[in-house]
Amino acid sequence: MSEIIVITSGKGGVGKTTTTANIGVGLAMRGNRVALIDTDTGLRNLDLLLGLENRIMYDLVDVTSGRVKFNKALVRHKKYDTLYLLPTSQVKDKSAVNPEQLVELCKEMQKDFDFIIIDCPAGIEQGFKTAIAAADCAIVVTMPEISAVRDADKIIGELGRADKENIKLIVNRIRPQMVENGDMLDMEDINEILSIDCIGQVPDDEMVVTATNRGEPVIAMKDSTAGKAYKNIVGRLCGERIPFYKPPKEGFFAKLKKLFGMF
Amino acid sequence: MLDIIMKVFGKAEKKSGKIAKERLQVVLIHDRASVSPEIMEQLKNDIIAVISKYMVINKNDMEISLANDDESVALVANIPVNSLRHKI
Repeated sequence: MSEIIVITSGKGGVGKTTTTANIGVGLAMRGNRVALIDTDTGLRNLDLLLGLENRIMYDLVDVTSGRVKFNKALVRHKKYDTLYLLPTSQVKDKSAVNPEQLVELCKEMQKDFDFIIIDCPAGIEQGFKTAIAAADCAIVVTMPEISAVRDADKIIGELGRADKENIKLIVNRIRPQMVENGDMLDMEDINEILSIDCIGQVPDDEMVVTATNRGEPVIAMKDSTAGKAYKNIVGRLCGERIPFYKPPKEGFFAKLKKLFGMF
Repeated sequence: MLDIIMKVFGKAEKKSGKIAKERLQVVLIHDRASVSPEIMEQLKNDIIAVISKYMVINKNDMEISLANDDESVALVANIPVNSLRHKI
């Protein structure tokens, strides 16, 4: 029996799809059989992040409408052979799949996979409701920025109304230097504001961009700080206790040092 | 010079991270307490039903609303009572 996880955020552009790709690859690197389902219908992107854009034959809408079986639409990853993608349609819109169809599909897929990870569209409309319907666990991705945190709070409220109790938080694109200077919310601040369990903080890392350019998730890159953070997240998802790195906040001595630096 | 001394002792202007946190805490109190007009109407009808068991109230002049201040939210009801019901 597999675990079904939805990756959601409310606000667009905080890194839902990047998170989905990296967690998927990370779980597959540990030998798990993983299916990633892109439900951002009309705005297909997960295929690009995984470098699978040229291998798509069928999509989610073909499966939910009964045209083909799901295993015919799944695209196997070139490098991680226990990782599969069910891409979504680029021509249909978000109403093309309804919650019942996705629940039914996940139920069917469960026997073949250890993890099913659903990439949710931005917003709180129908597409969001469809994406969360089948999930046992929700991961909310946010950024240390007020509008992203506010939207995350809204999403957490919506998940609660949909009786999703297992909710975890990832704070993406943290800039440690700014946190150190007191100019950015840190994981603890956001944790305190939203009061849900945090399973990861991912630093803003240029290697995410280069990785995306190449279609190879950053978790596979040895020297990447973001990749390391995603590895820790995958470990925590698998039940390991991995301590969080705490960037130091600016204290008296740091201020003093800075002052002398000025002269 | 005074400015620099103030900075050393942490009395300088508030850091933007702290400002963000405080603004968020306030806005979320309001967001979390916001209720749709339909639910407000249902709540009003339920309150009328309960109070009407004990009192005759003026339904037309009653007001129910959520009042926000910076740190808390209150449900404020102003319900004019015409008379009490003595036999229940």
